[in-house]
Amino acid sequence: MMDSFFQRSLEDIIKGLRLCPPGTEPTFIAKSLDDIRREIKSSDRSTKATALQKLTYLHSIHGVDMSWAAFHSVELASSSTHSHKRIAFLSASLSFNPSSTDVILLLTHQLRKDLSSSNAHDVSLALSTLSSICNPDLCRDLTPELFTLLGSSKFFVRKKAIAVVLRVFEEYPDAVRVCFKRIVENLETSDMGILSAVVELLCELTVKEPRSYLPLAPEFYKILVDSRNNWVLIKVLKIFAKLIPLEPRLGKRVVEPICEHLRRMGAKSLAFECVRMIVTSLSEHESALRLAVGTVREFLLDDDPNLKYLGLQALAIVAQKHMWAVLENKELVVKALSDVDPNIKLEALRLVMSTVSADNVMDICTILISHALKSDPEFCNEILGCIFLTCSRNFYEVIFDFEWYVSFLGEMARIPYCQKGTEIETQLVDIGMRVKDARLELVSVARDLVIDPALLGNPFVHGVLAAAAWISGEYVNLSRNPFELMEALLQPRTSLLTPSVRSVYIQSAFKVLMFCIYSYVKLDGDDTSYPSGLTESVSERDLGRSFATVGSESLSDSELDNENVVITGGQPPSFSSRKQHLTEESIMGLINLAETNLGPLSGSDEVEIQDRASNVLGFIKLVKPKLHGCLDQSRGDIMKDELKAPEMIKLIYDLFSEELGPVSLNAQERVPLPDGLALKENLGDLEAICGDVEFSLPMSFSLVKPQMAAQDSAHVLECPSKEVCEPSSESTSLLAEHRKRHGLYYLPPEDKEVVDKDYQPTREPKGKAIDATEDLVKLTEPFFVKKKSNRVKPRPVVVKLDDVEEANVLVEKHEFKPDLLSGAVQEVLLGNEATASSSRKSSNKSNNDITNTAESSQASFVGSGRRKHHTHGKGRTNRTSGKEKEERSHKDEHKRDSRDHKHKSRQRAEGTLNVDVQSSVIPDFLL
Amino acid sequence: MGIRFVLMVNKQGQTRLAQYYEYLTLEERRALEGEIVRKCLARNEQQCSFVEHRNYKVVYRRYASLFFLVGVDNEENELAILEFIHLLVETMDRHFGNVCELDIMFHLEKAHFMLEEMVMNGCIVETSKSNILSPIQLMDKAS
Repeated sequence: MMDSFFQRSLEDIIKGLRLCPPGTEPTFIAKSLDDIRREIKSSDRSTKATALQKLTYLHSIHGVDMSWAAFHSVELASSSTHSHKRIAFLSASLSFNPSSTDVILLLTHQLRKDLSSSNAHDVSLALSTLSSICNPDLCRDLTPELFTLLGSSKFFVRKKAIAVVLRVFEEYPDAVRVCFKRIVENLETSDMGILSAVVELLCELTVKEPRSYLPLAPEFYKILVDSRNNWVLIKVLKIFAKLIPLEPRLGKRVVEPICEHLRRMGAKSLAFECVRMIVTSLSEHESALRLAVGTVREFLLDDDPNLKYLGLQALAIVAQKHMWAVLENKELVVKALSDVDPNIKLEALRLVMSTVSADNVMDICTILISHALKSDPEFCNEILGCIFLTCSRNFYEVIFDFEWYVSFLGEMARIPYCQKGTEIETQLVDIGMRVKDARLELVSVARDLVIDPALLGNPFVHGVLAAAAWISGEYVNLSRNPFELMEALLQPRTSLLTPSVRSVYIQSAFKVLMFCIYSYVKLDGDDTSYPSGLTESVSERDLGRSFATVGSESLSDSELDNENVVITGGQPPSFSSRKQHLTEESIMGLINLAETNLGPLSGSDEVEIQDRASNVLGFIKLVKPKLHGCLDQSRGDIMKDELKAPEMIKLIYDLFSEELGPVSLNAQERVPLPDGLALKENLGDLEAICGDVEFSLPMSFSLVKPQMAAQDSAHVLECPSKEVCEPSSESTSLLAEHRKRHGLYYLPPEDKEVVDKDYQPTREPKGKAIDATEDLVKLTEPFFVKKKSNRVKPRPVVVKLDDVEEANVLVEKHEFKPDLLSGAVQEVLLGNEATASSSRKSSNKSNNDITNTAESSQASFVGSGRRKHHTHGKGRTNRTSGKEKEERSHKDEHKRDSRDHKHKSRQRAEGTLNVDVQSSVIPDFLL
Repeated sequence: MGIRFVLMVNKQGQTRLAQYYEYLTLEERRALEGEIVRKCLARNEQQCSFVEHRNYKVVYRRYASLFFLVGVDNEENELAILEFIHLLVETMDRHFGNVCELDIMFHLEKAHFMLEEMVMNGCIVETSKSNILSPIQLMDKAS
């Protein structure tokens, strides 16, 4: 009594929290929690209720844990006072975790009691609670009560029961068999609340697995035509959107009513749903699509940002199949790109990107980039990201002009706030490897990037620079001027780069240097054969040839001698210009440049940089002194020991000349399997044997193992009487080994020869070693025997198999669940008709004259499908207006649609004979 | 399940009502509310009422100092959800008379009961204001 008198109410707590000075809230909550913990144990119901109420509030708004109080909720739920019960059930539905709160099961009885209570409010409270806390156990136990409620005369109870059923079906598919029939019956109701709940339930179910609900299409059609409730119509439209792809003939039926709804232009929500429905599922109906696109245009023109956003979404769906719809609204879409709302801009961008094709990619990119430059950095990056993604899609499917794209990528990298460096980087390198024709342009783009000192200061570009540097190094043979590349790669500002990028720079510098020296040496060597005056003209002539061939044959063979390509076929213009630079002084200058710039780096803290710098320096050290000699040699003074210089250079150059290309994901699979490599052999088995044996036995012994592993299973089969008791594989194999050694004490196996033949070859060469180890084996034998007896478990292989099987079963069970639901639904839909038919058959025959022909032709079909027909007939008897009659004929046709489906499947199952009847009948009905 | 959650949040981002139609742990709820509220409150009146968040679409609408946020499936009709929010506000208006943040704070349970009448298991089951309010009025009379 005192407790309740001094107890603070929920209102006190809320007021207290509001008055809390900032920062003291947690203390206040903690203090209140202490009170609650005390009060909640009170035997006085109302004290307990208030405590629970406060706790629920703190839980829901302030995130206080209340899992410890679960039992108190259960306790209070049994109160006879409705308000206490409410508090208890609210706390339960807000805080219980259906899968882990174990006291939920204690609620079963209380819920059952409340579900069958005469007080409708108690019932509805229990239903609400059940919907949020139900788990499979609860569902199973309460399904009978739910079934009763599905037929309740109180509409607002029935409606809630229907809404709960969705959760119940998910948790406990067996409930479908009990409840589904009643649910379908509720489709005929006149009460909007119930209809809305049923349609919503079926909509959720249809979205998950549409096929099972095809037989209900006639009912849905009726709602589509009759209902004036937007919410219900929206849901029915969603259902049809799922059914039509399965049964395209439905589309012809529903397209007119949908257009009717759209023309009426009532609520925007319904109009939008119609549009979405048409563009997703009815896009082949030209007039409907025109109407929908017209509505979309209205949306786009509207000032309401919501409509604009949705209009763009709808347009994006149309765009997949009907580009004209986008083109018609092009200016609106482009306008949306500069909307104030980032979400609308993004939606417009997605739409634009979805229209990209090989023909328009350049235009679109140009437009988008001009937008990107005008807009805020965030959206600019969004645009860039979209462009890169779209252009690279499916191996650059939309790009035809790679020169354009490559230079485009280069430009993008220069946009000041571009944060898409990684994408550009990957694509540059990727294109380099994949698209040989683009390399020339790529190299010049890379050169421009590498050579620009301003870019080095921007950390976002570093990735791009790394790619550019790599390209400059890898394809240096296409470069116009390797010398300036070298200078760029070694410029002092490269110290601004991150170590990983810088090491790429050094490695590229290495490649460039190598190339220059090599060309120089090569050139000098060739001088004798090439009269100097001719080189120019030869290269001029080669120009035409090389361009003609470069696409078809030139580089396709990665083993192709790169030097040829470079010096003759490669790129004569650059070659000729390069040639002018290739003098001894320039080469020496290059080497000195590298030496001075990389010298200090050989002591760098970064291993990668140090490593690569040392590589270059080492190479220089090796080559530098020999260059003079090499020159001499080319002049004709052939000295034997110095002949090596160009050869060495060539060797190192060749190291880099092998072309790098993209590697297929399944390249490994294409490697031919060498003979004698048994990949399928179970090595785990082998390991178990060797692992145990090796530590006690010398090597020679374990060498024999593989054969034994193959044999031991055979042995088990051969002499089960002897070896059936040997459970572990290593003991079996040891036994086999023993038998082999002391064969004369064993009974001869039936196929002894085979065994002998198999063992002989391995044994003979090792004979001596084995003899030497025989004693050891004998010594260790008792040890093994002991071990064998310890290992009474089944062999590893067997265990594995068991594991696999078990896993399979589990997986199957798991996957089976959704099937269970739809299977149950189908069963009920068919069964439903079957039971309904008997009572309604007679009443229907009379008013079904329109469909009499259909009846007779389908009479040969088995019961349920036909009876279903009657069920609908009954529904129809109540309604007799003229309009209805027309409708009825529609409906009947529908029914046949759906029924055909069922029949088809059933016929297949039963293997009956009516195939020709059916095939002749269906088209008449449907067209 | 159409509706995943209904949130009411004030201008400062404090949650005033949170109803989830699927179980989330306290941490998940806190994270979700934080992210969504930050996203939605940053937007202005000229921007549309839809925000994509993880696998939800959040449809929101601001009434005076209070934001109503509804998380729905991607399949759901956004405009219909906006209508639902409006209906919810109208219903509360009718009951409290020009509903304000304080009404919801001090009558959180009632707000929950109204929601319970309108939405069950993520499905909208009642759209008539008088039907929604009749049980609550009965309760008020009883107490």
